[in-house]
Amino acid sequence: MRKENIFKILLAGLFVLVSLNLNAQEAQEETSGKIDTKSGVKEFVDHHLKDSHYFNFFSDGEKGEHYGIALPVIIWDQGLKVFSASKFHHGEELVELDGNYYKLYHSKIYKTGPEGIIEYGENHFPTNEKPLDFSITKNVTAMIFVALLMFLMFWALAKNYQKRSIPTGFSRFLEPLVLFIRDDIAKENIGSNYKKYMSFLLTVFFFILILNLLGLTPFGINVTGNIAVTFGLALITFIIVQFSANKQYWKHIFWMPGVPIPMKIVLMPIEVLGILTKPFALMIRLFANMMAGHVVVMSLLGLIFVFQNWIASPTFFGFTIFISLIELLVAFLQAYIFTLLSALYIGMAIEVHDDHGDDVPVI
Amino acid sequence: MVGAGLIVIGAGIGLGKIGGSAMDAIARQPEATGKIQTAGIIFAALLEGIAFAALFAT
Repeated sequence: MRKENIFKILLAGLFVLVSLNLNAQEAQEETSGKIDTKSGVKEFVDHHLKDSHYFNFFSDGEKGEHYGIALPVIIWDQGLKVFSASKFHHGEELVELDGNYYKLYHSKIYKTGPEGIIEYGENHFPTNEKPLDFSITKNVTAMIFVALLMFLMFWALAKNYQKRSIPTGFSRFLEPLVLFIRDDIAKENIGSNYKKYMSFLLTVFFFILILNLLGLTPFGINVTGNIAVTFGLALITFIIVQFSANKQYWKHIFWMPGVPIPMKIVLMPIEVLGILTKPFALMIRLFANMMAGHVVVMSLLGLIFVFQNWIASPTFFGFTIFISLIELLVAFLQAYIFTLLSALYIGMAIEVHDDHGDDVPVI
Repeated sequence: MVGAGLIVIGAGIGLGKIGGSAMDAIARQPEATGKIQTAGIIFAALLEGIAFAALFAT
């Protein structure tokens, strides 16, 4: 009986998740005919996929009102300037500060003249100057929130372990995950020296996992689908691998032992490229999986409103639920794969082989 | 558009081969199912990474 109840609760929770996504679109649908729905859908999708300086909860398309939190904008333009993003009024107004004019265009801040004209170069990319943008945007807020959440969760877990050997409460959910990372990912791939790297692997796994799961919620928080974020994570992995590599690792790259000399010279550039492509693939894999998933879910949601008839909309609703379930699986899977591959690369870097012998084998 | 179709064909064939060999391996040795599943999922994710990256580039 209890298993059935749990399954029903989970299913109800999933329905709530997807239907909350739908609610966020409703306001825009009421105003318009078919053409406006398409551009409204495009706007909705863009808002969910891109970073922005304004944490938008929901908008009312008719009145043009947006309800949410305006985040601080911190830019460096010969001096630090801090102001609230509400001054931009969603890209409509020009902000004047100390004689400089700033305009928000497609979620980037450009410096313009007093009329607020954005000049386009080739390929329709704006050529205005951009100040250095250190703002606390939606993605940064989400990352700070996740960092705080993780800190609280693991602090509670550690305190729990101090009192008793088997934890109670929420820590019971975290313990198998942590043990899984320790046994199947760290010990397997890194070997006996795994404790040094456990904190990194745990951090990366839970960070990516929680951010992926947050992306499935209706607030349009798409952090891991942002290539800058995944670039940062891959860069950290790259740095850790290179700095913990031992002499054998470098020897294998530049002068692979046990192989005839012409092969060594051919292998060297390939191996050097390999140092770079492995974290690059990590970055692209996480970014592309998350971005593609979000695009598919958002597009299917939008299709429900573009085809407004009795047969198409329920089928698209069904598709959306199905794809959201797959996205849930992909969220866990991508976090696991990133962590596993990072552990694998670290393991390869600190591994001590038995001697290959430098001789060419005689057949 | 044709490119996207080719990419999906490539991913499909690759995943099919992985799945096929996973099935064969499980048939030979049912006790190792857990390990084979894990390895299968890892290879599938690696393949999907390439497929998605290529899909994005088109």
